[in-house]
Amino acid sequence: MPSRRRRSFLPRRRTLWIAFLLAPAALIMTAFVVWPLLSALRLSFYSFNGLRPAGFAGLENFRQVLIEHPFSDWTYNALFHNVVVFLALMVFENGTAFLLAFALLKALPGHRVHQVIVFLPVVLSAVVVGFLWKLLLHPLFGLVNQSLALVGIGAHAWLGDESTALGSIILANIWHWLGFPTLVLLAGMQRIDKEVLEAARLDGAGDFKLLTQIIWPLIAPSVTIIYILTFIGSFNWFELPYIMAGLTGSPGGSTDVLGLYFYRTAFGSTTTGIQDFGQGSALAVLMFILIAGVTWMALRILRRREADL
Amino acid sequence: MTLADRDAATHGPPSARKRGFSLGDGAIQAVLVLNAFIMLYPLFVMLMSSFKTNAEIFTSPFALPRSLSPANIEKVWNETNFVRYLANSVGVTVASIAVIVVVGTMAAYAIARYEFRFSGAVLMFFLSGMTVPLKLAIIPLFIQLDTLHLIDTYAGLVLVYVAMGIPSAIFIMTGFLRSLPRELEESARLDGASEWRIMLYVMLPLARPALVIVAIQNAVPIWNDFFFPLILITSDDRKTLPQGLTVFMGEFTTNWGVLFTGLSLAALPITLVYIALSRHFIAGITQGAVK
Repeated sequence: MPSRRRRSFLPRRRTLWIAFLLAPAALIMTAFVVWPLLSALRLSFYSFNGLRPAGFAGLENFRQVLIEHPFSDWTYNALFHNVVVFLALMVFENGTAFLLAFALLKALPGHRVHQVIVFLPVVLSAVVVGFLWKLLLHPLFGLVNQSLALVGIGAHAWLGDESTALGSIILANIWHWLGFPTLVLLAGMQRIDKEVLEAARLDGAGDFKLLTQIIWPLIAPSVTIIYILTFIGSFNWFELPYIMAGLTGSPGGSTDVLGLYFYRTAFGSTTTGIQDFGQGSALAVLMFILIAGVTWMALRILRRREADL
Repeated sequence: MTLADRDAATHGPPSARKRGFSLGDGAIQAVLVLNAFIMLYPLFVMLMSSFKTNAEIFTSPFALPRSLSPANIEKVWNETNFVRYLANSVGVTVASIAVIVVVGTMAAYAIARYEFRFSGAVLMFFLSGMTVPLKLAIIPLFIQLDTLHLIDTYAGLVLVYVAMGIPSAIFIMTGFLRSLPRELEESARLDGASEWRIMLYVMLPLARPALVIVAIQNAVPIWNDFFFPLILITSDDRKTLPQGLTVFMGEFTTNWGVLFTGLSLAALPITLVYIALSRHFIAGITQGAVK
């Protein structure tokens, strides 16, 4: 955009004015985003004595969390659960969201109200959602068991059993976030040219064909965003497992995820007693590389898929 | 344009009259009703249980409460730090949003309305902040705030939130400010208005819709945040609501009615605001994903 300079607005004053506008944001970003991120990388090569770096440690921190027992066991156990969470959310949360979005696309009576309802849990804090579901899943008085009792199914300690704990937390997460992918996918579907859908229907395409062969490929950009955000969300997962299963990923580490393990390593806890900023930084760097690397690769692949349209 | 507006613009009348929908609308409507029930029922239970006693919750879980006695609410209000947590959350959220809006708009205005060298690079610098999860930089952030004596202060928390919010605020504001017509600015300039006045009285009033998006987009995650206070705040009377809730839940592990009351009260403010402004909320939160 060409800016017509007037005489009263001299280049020097202009420069000062622009610098004044940019300075606060630039300062805050540098001090509280750029600097900490670069420091995280640097700190991962140091051993720590409390809160202060004690000496250069090379790759020792990385060796510990990746190779040395028991740290490496915790790392891979947590990583495995992150992968499970990601896959479960992709299939169940996004799958449900896709079908819901299609149902809402039909604009049946009440669809506006439904959009507001399905998105309501999204605005709630993970802390509220976590405690609410913890109470609903309570073995004694929880509504889930009480409902099952009505149909003659016995009580189960959902969060106390290693085989159901992670699944229960994932379900709570789906309830919490379902509205987000639903409305993003719906927005994608609503941008499809109406004539394309009409033409497909006139050609005799049923719902299944319409969904798989017309709508699915045409909403590729929305799907890309949902994939990426689901991935980032699953590998940053912390609040819900912390609230529902505690800092150690109980029972028996069956709900441990990288976010919990990282927090525990960096800031310790009354139960584990470990606090190691060096190891924590190494974990943060590894998580960052994982998240950024996979996101970058996935974006390339998914964008190519979009381009194939 | 909000999601709902776009909805109104692109959605014709229900197209179900056209042949080809093999699933009946009735079946789909039934699925939607069931889904609405699944989304709302847990919240309904939470609200109802907050008026119940332990015995009632255990023996008649599906019944309405016997009375709408405010006993639990009084207990939460008077005997816990709940009100304090609530006030802290309001203060921290409002302060963070105010700084994000002012600082983000200033920077976006410079990038969008003036031509200067490296403006593209400056924009990229800010936008790069959108791609990094600041959670992973918590160790150096903690050390830095500790050095600045900002641990366990509202200011430390606000600075972190502002840093988190600036990139997307600049992204949204730059896009919007660029779309405003140049003529207005030029004519004000010919009238002798200063750059300051042009920004404040000519351009920014037009940018109100984008400002609302920025405010909501930041308000929700900041209001709900648990992670940063967990690490950066230690005194009980400086805790925010999500963080305070964990203390509170720990104190009343066996009084289930009081637990449900605490959850209901914590969920209430944002739920009410959401219901009043749902279009803006949905647009604010999905903005970025929906282009």
